[in-house]
Amino acid sequence: MRKVLSAACLGAMATFAVGAAYANEELNKMAQNPKDWVMPAGDYANTRYSKLNQITAANVGKIQVAWTFSTGVLRGHEGGPLIIGNMMYVHTPFPNKVYALDLSQENKIVWKYEPKQDPNVIPVMCCDTVNRGVAYGDGKIFLHQADTTLVALDAKTGQVAWSVKNGDPGKGATGTSAPLVVKDKVLVGISGGEFGVQCHVTAYDLKTGKQAWRAFSEGPDDQILVDPVSTTEHGKPVGKDSSIKTWQGDQWKIGGGCTWGWLSYDPSLNLVYYGSGNPSTWNPKQRPGDNKWSMTVFARNPDDGKAKWVYQMTPHDEWDYDGVNEMILSDQQINGTERKLLTHFDRNGLAYTMDRSTGELLVAEKYDPKVNWTSGVDMNKSSPTYGRPKVLDQYSTEKGGEDKNTKGICPAALGTKDEQPAAYSPDTQLFYVPTNHVCMDYEPFKVSYTAGQPYVGATLSMYPPQGESHMGNFIAWDGKTGKIVWSNKEQFSVWSGALATAGGVVFYGTLEGYLKAVDAKTGKELYKFKTPSGIIGNVTTYENGGRQYIAVLSGVGGWAGIGLAAGLTEPTEGLGAVGGYAALSNYTALGGTLTVFALPQ
Amino acid sequence: MRIIWLVAATLILVAPGKVALAADDPKAVKSEDGKYLDKEGNPTFNVAADGTVDWYTYSGFRRYHSECHVCHGPDGMGSTYAPALKDSVKTMNYGDFLGVVASGRKNVNTAQESVMPAFGDNPNVACYMDDLYVYLRARAYDAVGRVRPPKREEKPEAYAEAEKACMGAK
Repeated sequence: MRKVLSAACLGAMATFAVGAAYANEELNKMAQNPKDWVMPAGDYANTRYSKLNQITAANVGKIQVAWTFSTGVLRGHEGGPLIIGNMMYVHTPFPNKVYALDLSQENKIVWKYEPKQDPNVIPVMCCDTVNRGVAYGDGKIFLHQADTTLVALDAKTGQVAWSVKNGDPGKGATGTSAPLVVKDKVLVGISGGEFGVQCHVTAYDLKTGKQAWRAFSEGPDDQILVDPVSTTEHGKPVGKDSSIKTWQGDQWKIGGGCTWGWLSYDPSLNLVYYGSGNPSTWNPKQRPGDNKWSMTVFARNPDDGKAKWVYQMTPHDEWDYDGVNEMILSDQQINGTERKLLTHFDRNGLAYTMDRSTGELLVAEKYDPKVNWTSGVDMNKSSPTYGRPKVLDQYSTEKGGEDKNTKGICPAALGTKDEQPAAYSPDTQLFYVPTNHVCMDYEPFKVSYTAGQPYVGATLSMYPPQGESHMGNFIAWDGKTGKIVWSNKEQFSVWSGALATAGGVVFYGTLEGYLKAVDAKTGKELYKFKTPSGIIGNVTTYENGGRQYIAVLSGVGGWAGIGLAAGLTEPTEGLGAVGGYAALSNYTALGGTLTVFALPQ
Repeated sequence: MRIIWLVAATLILVAPGKVALAADDPKAVKSEDGKYLDKEGNPTFNVAADGTVDWYTYSGFRRYHSECHVCHGPDGMGSTYAPALKDSVKTMNYGDFLGVVASGRKNVNTAQESVMPAFGDNPNVACYMDDLYVYLRARAYDAVGRVRPPKREEKPEAYAEAEKACMGAK
């Protein structure tokens, strides 16, 4: 035992020694500095947790707006800024401007980058012209543009170092996700699940922009970078043609499985984690089969893109429950044993806790009690349907069939949580999750495919769960047991990214525009402030000049801005427009502002 | 190609340059193969006393909530960035409506970045132009509320044949 352990340790150290030139060491070290926020999700583990503790549960009630910055752009502002030393990098929705602000010089704009993009990419973006943030590595800022261009900018000057086209908007592909710098590469996904794009994650060389590898979500083994023997699902090899044998004919070529969500990375296991989105079309009858590997958690080697393990959460999707949400990495004890975990809050309403080195499924539980399309995941290891969710016929749009309206499905297509990322605090060992509380009727019907045109095929009608009037909850979740610890109701879906801090405070933003602070242990609301527009951005924290700051982008939009702007249904007689019938447009209008808070001096 | 021909043919038939006013009468005066027409000869809705809607209104609800909802919000109500079509059709005549859906629209300047794609080549929309117009007209005049029409007429046979031809064999 001891000899093997030593060998493993030496092996790990050797990797680090060889990788001395790799950006990830620099970046990993930078991510340990709590004063900075060097990557979109805070750190490689996607915890959105900060060690800063100047702001505490006791004093957060006193924070005030310290400064503000208008981005000069309207439409949905997702993501958040990066802070590296005295520099803050702020990005915007289309046209995807990037501002470099000097925090030591009264937030002066040191440089500004504005790409020239064909506005015809705008209508090819299904869910508003959002962008989830820039990445930093090797002295460069990486921007993933709406037209799929990945551009590397010199962090000091904003000059273009290199630029590469990652996809074809003419075929419906666009870019909204934040890239991730891993070792000597920058990884980026792609969008287009509503346009029949065969989606992928691509790795480019950090210095030159040369493509290193590309892993598709569906297709032949050599395209999806899966090895029939060494790539496993639930510990078993996936076998040859694991993807194409689950599609009819050539449908995988317009299969979707888009990768527009978050990427996380474990430097010691050398694995990158992310999820794939819905298969195209939304009409399940037009694509028989499990549609692998859509709706899948991938664990890939960042050096060559090879998949170590996979797990398809929603085989043969019937509801548009994209699997792209963040994969949060934590080390916690399960049944007295220290485990390397991956926790994922899926659109489908299930929160998964897995072993991130082997892909073993440990927990799969509903994180909203109203989730009804499944009675749960088969957790019996010897069962032939181990790891599959049991679908209830009543809520199966496949069983309902084409041109039949399947009613009362919870969650709605926007899921119990969409891309808005949760946070994890190692202090409380709780996850803080912004959730949606909405149900739907879904009617599939036949559609034809035209390159660059929407390939949807379903009619959707959304409303709050029966008997309830609120459309969102902000919850604290115990991933070890799969239980909700506390839950705060919100009138609208909570569509912002959460932030947890060592000060014992958790922050999130509401669609009406409130930046809220709650007690990490109890959920008690400690502070709120109405920013200029609805919040769909991710709350971020940093320290500069000895003060801790909380920063959040306001600018209503995203899918929430489409579905919730006018309210979900007609107000009920006598009740007026309250609760679930409230229209977001009664609370906020378009905006584009960064608001930064701190304790008064 | 057939789609564009159909759309173009319809545009020629409709009187050009006429601006529809809110007072424009949407009342159905006759019907042909399940399609109701107003006194100008433009497609319109028909809602019976018991709430039964014509086929086009019902079909328009479904097609709207698949293809248009994604930007224009539910029930023609608008989103944070796309206008409420239940209001737009009040100041837009049938010909203009077809034109915008077929060719798209671009409003790109310092204040906004709004682009609507051209749907003329997309059979999932182009084969259902009348359905969409009729449904939105019904919403504009509040003949149909923010609900899925619960009762509807049957799909007319002539409609089913035209639909099959337009969508192509498959």
